[in-house]
Amino acid sequence: MYEFNYQKATNVDDAANKLGAGADARVLAGGQTLIAAMKLRLAAPSDIIDIRGIAELRGIKSGNDGLIIGAMTTHAEVASSADVRKNIPALAVLARSIGDPMVRNMGTIGGSIANNDPAADYPAAMIGLGATVKTNQRSIAADDFFTGMFMTSLEPGEIIESVSFPKPKRAAYMKFSNPASRYAIVGVFVAETGSGARVAVTGAGASVFRVAEMETALAAKFSADSVTGISVASDDLNSDMHASAEYRAHLITVMARRAVEAALAG
Amino acid sequence: MSARLSMTINGKPVTAEVASRTLLVDFLRDQLRLTGTHIGCDTAQCGACTIHIDGRAVKCCNMLALQADGTTITTIEGISAADGSMHPMQTAFRDHHGLQCGYCTPGMVMSAIDLVNNHPDPDDAEIRDGLDGNLCRCTGYHNIVKAVHAGAAAMKK
Ligand code: FES
Ligand code: FES
Repeated sequence: MYEFNYQKATNVDDAANKLGAGADARVLAGGQTLIAAMKLRLAAPSDIIDIRGIAELRGIKSGNDGLIIGAMTTHAEVASSADVRKNIPALAVLARSIGDPMVRNMGTIGGSIANNDPAADYPAAMIGLGATVKTNQRSIAADDFFTGMFMTSLEPGEIIESVSFPKPKRAAYMKFSNPASRYAIVGVFVAETGSGARVAVTGAGASVFRVAEMETALAAKFSADSVTGISVASDDLNSDMHASAEYRAHLITVMARRAVEAALAG
Repeated sequence: MSARLSMTINGKPVTAEVASRTLLVDFLRDQLRLTGTHIGCDTAQCGACTIHIDGRAVKCCNMLALQADGTTITTIEGISAADGSMHPMQTAFRDHHGLQCGYCTPGMVMSAIDLVNNHPDPDDAEIRDGLDGNLCRCTGYHNIVKAVHAGAAAMKK
């Protein structure tokens, strides 16, 4: 790991100021990706701004229409939260499927979405539920947030404060996971919401994406048979040692079908 | 750059000066000589470096020492009773042959204790799930699962 300047932020304004002052400053949330990347010298920030101590970035609030989850809330906290389990159980299931127990005790929702790993789980829930990201500057709809592989619409100096998830009628996440890393080879999040159905796919492409044809079919009839005949073209999908693009295309339909079944089973 | 940190480790206050890029596992092993915490992979995969920070199991090869400033840490050296007798989970690993070379064992025991703290009565699936982040090259895991069952029962007493 290359040398860097370590700074602890006491609140969000302080973090934003410190982030703006560094030549190539990075926010450190739970560090489950960033520290590993720094050890491999894939990342070499000039400054690390540690936001772990900012209490107001942590915690889960629930209301009638959904959940607001602080950026520094860990995967373990989301997975075990009674509010999450009651209001959006699919989100608790998803959080519980990330990494392993120790990773879930450190990794955070804000860190995960800011990193936008193409195989991360949370982006699927964000897009599948139509979530909104609140930063220190503005609110960003999830559909506008994930812009490409490891890319988001966050501006320099912008810090995620929380994510709000509207409560769906029903939802489920199904993941075909890499047996070693537990990252998604393909993960599909489906939701039936007040304004139609949403289908979000992670792990298969450069970044999370929606499947419009499945959404239309599910809006007409929310049943597993609605998606069985719909496949996504493999042309732009990822191909690697774990799965070919064709196999991922096949898995999208299978996981979508299972997710709809799980959502209906409640 | 270096910075000062203070924390409570195994019940004792510790204050030290560390380089910003010092990993927590290296701080524990090299500066404090707490070598019971092992480094198996150094890439956050094997769980040999598992310790408890503020009561929860984490992999300390994947965090900076400075991230643990102000926390309360327990390592494998800190779980035995004041008279030096072993923690019930350690005894269970010994009794059920839950280790062979022992390299993974400190991490297994620390993960198992966190698991039982959250699920006092884990079934086989919950144990295997709870130890998902711990790899063992020797045992084939069956005796580890048996040991965690016995350790969970003993921790209730
Ligand atoms: S040494 Fe930390 S997980 Fe392997
Ligand atoms: S006992 Fe040898 S690695 Fe587990």
